Amino acid sequence: MITLDFLAVLHDWPLLAQGVATTVALTVVSATLGISLGIACAWARVNTSGVLRVIVGSYVELIRNTPFIVQLFFIFFGLPSIGIKLTPEGASVLAMVINMGAYAAEIVRAGLEATPRGQIEAGQSLALRPLEIFVHIVLPPALARVWPAISGQVVIVMLGSAVCGQIATHELSYFANLIQSRNFRAFEAYIIATLLYLGLAFILRALLGAAGRRWLRVS
Amino acid sequence: MVEFSLWDILRNLLLAARWTVVLSLIAFIGGSALGLSLLLARLAQWPGAERSARIFVELFQGTPLLMQLFLCYFGLALLGLEVSAWASASLALTLYSASFLTEIWRGCVNAIPRGQWEAGASLALSLGEQLRHVIGPQALRIAIAPTVGFLVQVIKGTALASVIGFIELTKAGAMIANATFQPFLVYGCVALLYFALCYPISAWSRSLERRLARRS
Repeated sequence: MITLDFLAVLHDWPLLAQGVATTVALTVVSATLGISLGIACAWARVNTSGVLRVIVGSYVELIRNTPFIVQLFFIFFGLPSIGIKLTPEGASVLAMVINMGAYAAEIVRAGLEATPRGQIEAGQSLALRPLEIFVHIVLPPALARVWPAISGQVVIVMLGSAVCGQIATHELSYFANLIQSRNFRAFEAYIIATLLYLGLAFILRALLGAAGRRWLRVS
Repeated sequence: MVEFSLWDILRNLLLAARWTVVLSLIAFIGGSALGLSLLLARLAQWPGAERSARIFVELFQGTPLLMQLFLCYFGLALLGLEVSAWASASLALTLYSASFLTEIWRGCVNAIPRGQWEAGASLALSLGEQLRHVIGPQALRIAIAPTVGFLVQVIKGTALASVIGFIELTKAGAMIANATFQPFLVYGCVALLYFALCYPISAWSRSLERRLARRS
């Protein structure tokens, strides 16, 4: 007979709430920084040639073709041996930013490449500087074009942050693990954590959709 | 103290990489079978198929793969089954892959113009015949590139099986890093091995995509 006791887990709701708060904070910080990094990399891949382009291209391919958990372990366990020591939270944010940046770079690049040539020429004929043309003319519609893909990637990064509990970052999956190690209700603890992630993903998608419609005029 | 040469580290990582490949294949093949069954049930409009498939996809794409692995691991134990890391990792990754593959393929089938179905129906072809002779070949052509691309996701996903004690490339890397006290070198090698595994597949997927774009 299987008996499930969810109350034993829900009893520790302050821990779960703290975990949710950390997961949200990690996601907000790394999505913001990651998208900015992605935009910079996409700009470099489209507008520069030579060394910078090769470096950015290698970064994007290297990150996209290795698992997030290995990137995280490399940063948290590997970097201290060359003198870079990070807290679990710091390592998690760094790994998430680097990861988000690489995916965002590919997504934004697709948006940039769809820019009609005439719009850039129109900006040039108004004597705008290249940076002004990029920021005011090229970037907003490019972001609007790929906003659904960026939103999807932010949700993927949020769900991926569950792995950060493995280096003792105090986020949701870490606390689920802590609770089950105290009361041995492993299945119930992970069910509740999973449902919380599901709710977070749902809310995040809705918020990003609304933000796109509000600021980027995504139809 | 025992000294580990770079060759010792690489050799052991390569041995463990076998299990990454095997687990990826299990998940990909199992996921394809389940994903295809779900797609066919949806296309045949079985009662409840559309709704259950949508819930299944929402659940597995809206939750962390890590949690799915834990739930399979502890859930199977709860059912009184003897749990091995193999069984739970295979089950979780199969379900995870199925949820993505069924959506990818549904998109490909939806991309085929309605007229093609109607043309098939007007020739009195049954649903199975329409799929086999009219829709299937066309959908397959556009499905290959994203499916190959998803294989990369599966390979990267298997790294999480290390957390429930499945000894594959990442887990072996963690064990070797602890034994050699050279985490920088070991995790660097682990990352490069994953790259060597995934990059050719990514590049292949991209070239398939380009070829398809040129043809249409």
